Amino acid sequence: MAHVGGRAADADMSGRATDPTRALGNTVTYREAVAEGLARELRRDPAVVCLGEDIGAAGGVFKTTQGLFEEFGPGRIWDTPISEQAILGLAMGAAMTGMRPVAEIMFSDFFAVCWDYLANEMPKMRYMTGGQVTVPLVVRTANGGGLGFGAQHSQATENWTLTIPGLKIAAPSNPADVVGLMASAIRSEDPVVFFEHKGLFASKGPAAPDGYVVPLGQAAIARSGSDITIVGLAATVPMALAAADRLAGEGVSAEVLDLRCLVPLDMATVLASVDRTSRLLIVEENPYQGGWGGTVASIVADEGFELLDAPVRRVAAACVPLPFADALEQRVIPTVDSVSAAIRALLAY
Amino acid sequence: MTTPTTAQDAIGASELLALYEQMAVIRRTEKAAHDLFLAGLVKGTTHLAAGHEAIAVGASAGLRPDDYVFATYRGHHHAIARGATPEECLAELMSKATGLCKAKGGSMHLTKASAGMLGSYAIVGAHLPLAAGAAWSAKLRGSGQVAVAFFGDGATNIGAFHEALNIAAVWSLPVLFICENNLYMEYTPIGSVTAVPNPAADRAPAYAIPAEIIDGNDVVIVADAVARAAERARSGAGPTLLEARTYRHFGHSRTDPATYRPPEEVQEWLQRDPLDIARARLAALGVPVEDAVAADDRANRLVEAAIAAARAAPPPDPSGALTDVWADGGSQWRT
Repeated sequence: MAHVGGRAADADMSGRATDPTRALGNTVTYREAVAEGLARELRRDPAVVCLGEDIGAAGGVFKTTQGLFEEFGPGRIWDTPISEQAILGLAMGAAMTGMRPVAEIMFSDFFAVCWDYLANEMPKMRYMTGGQVTVPLVVRTANGGGLGFGAQHSQATENWTLTIPGLKIAAPSNPADVVGLMASAIRSEDPVVFFEHKGLFASKGPAAPDGYVVPLGQAAIARSGSDITIVGLAATVPMALAAADRLAGEGVSAEVLDLRCLVPLDMATVLASVDRTSRLLIVEENPYQGGWGGTVASIVADEGFELLDAPVRRVAAACVPLPFADALEQRVIPTVDSVSAAIRALLAY
Repeated sequence: MTTPTTAQDAIGASELLALYEQMAVIRRTEKAAHDLFLAGLVKGTTHLAAGHEAIAVGASAGLRPDDYVFATYRGHHHAIARGATPEECLAELMSKATGLCKAKGGSMHLTKASAGMLGSYAIVGAHLPLAAGAAWSAKLRGSGQVAVAFFGDGATNIGAFHEALNIAAVWSLPVLFICENNLYMEYTPIGSVTAVPNPAADRAPAYAIPAEIIDGNDVVIVADAVARAAERARSGAGPTLLEARTYRHFGHSRTDPATYRPPEEVQEWLQRDPLDIARARLAALGVPVEDAVAADDRANRLVEAAIAAARAAPPPDPSGALTDVWADGGSQWRT
């Protein structure tokens, strides 16, 4: 049952009316925001220290730590060997003894070679010692596909970390949120995995104002609308916004939520939005099988069943390894086309 | 602490008697853990350190109170050597609210953070990078602390061992890697799965880390070697590896009767019991045998009282299962 007519006025209400960065213009890249977010915390707190492969003099393979070595020196910015277990293990040992380390794992695919620290050590230490130990650290990583890096450098692995009780998970979609969520992640007393999306590094947005802090676990309404709620994370947020803009021309008023974090998961904002729109589409880059959208969908089915006028739909990556060629990769991960098609199908239900 | 020139200079009669008593407390606690398991009062499994006492007690004697230690799932001796009481250890093993980790950790995760005993880790080798990280932190803070990772011979064949040694050497970290080589990785002779005769010490040169093979059953030798290595680390000279030879008095874990060990080998090592060696040293220093007997009696009474108190302690409130995940005390993961 389609009901897409007469919503153009709603579509005009889209945008970031409550976003303090709105007036600042698209002045910085997502990649610059990573370095800026780190620099602000390094200046603020002498306990913050960074370690990772090529993050120092080289400025990071994605140039996300550019300028930090020059400003803060080798005592704060540490180049490591290719030793992912040592990187996360050292970060954890330092976090347990008074420091606030920020460790970089160059590609999130490499979590698999240091998974013990993410799955068994960082998230469990506080619990299994009866609260004796805290682990205030951040694990930054470049996540996701779309750049033709092939099967071992392109995965969206945020769902891996979602399976581990004891990890907080942030995944910003725009430069200001990179800075604001970085501040919260570094100041958190708990371990935070911070996913920086490779496909967004070159994207631009407003710079974060001074002192900008985005609390962990607060979703943002990236675009207001009344016909359908689209929930995205990191790169699927601009994708959903593009699809929403495209469908605005067809009279569709889509609301786009940026989850920002998977843990804490802001289901209150999702359920409130579904209460307004009655339709829910979840767009995630990790595979459908075991993807985070399954958790969102199950909570909505459980707690928001009566709010729905249509099934909950998920657009996620196909359950195959990431292929190399663009034509193949675009077939596997969500695209503006596949999201637009899903919106149309859901509104036609 | 001044740098001892010989082991005998470092430790006098009264200190040695105190170390002996600590070892006796550990031995009796391990015996109690064994008996309580057989009585059905300890769940899961235990990895007893009877036979390894001199390494924990000697190392503790060679360290500062504010130094950090990281142990393995065979770690009861390290918890006690760093100040955990037998009562809080046994209460943890017996799933009691008064346990060291509020009964959330169990035998394999004894931790006494307030005493710098920063955990017992049950993924082989995982804690070597953590100890290096604590040492890195000490270096960054200029605190003069050192960190120690105790690990078994089996850990020398896992990647984290090699990653930790390399980065500790490259960054010149104040960390001690102390291998408790009891000749068996679980049920398998370490020599049958390692190409070099000394599984830890023979790897150290590849990372430019000085290594020493020591008698891990002689508390004085351990204390001396650890004090020297700690002094070296504090001076900024970087990590040291110690391979301490020792032997388990029990099997790998509760279900292992250790029948794979030749009886003559077992007998040979039981002749080298660390408590006997310490008693002989006490005698050589002129300490009356009655003093050692009195220490044994005190250890017995302490552990007997610990068993009684742990048995009488209440079980944990089930609501505690949902606390302590996050630093705010809770486990909330969504709104």
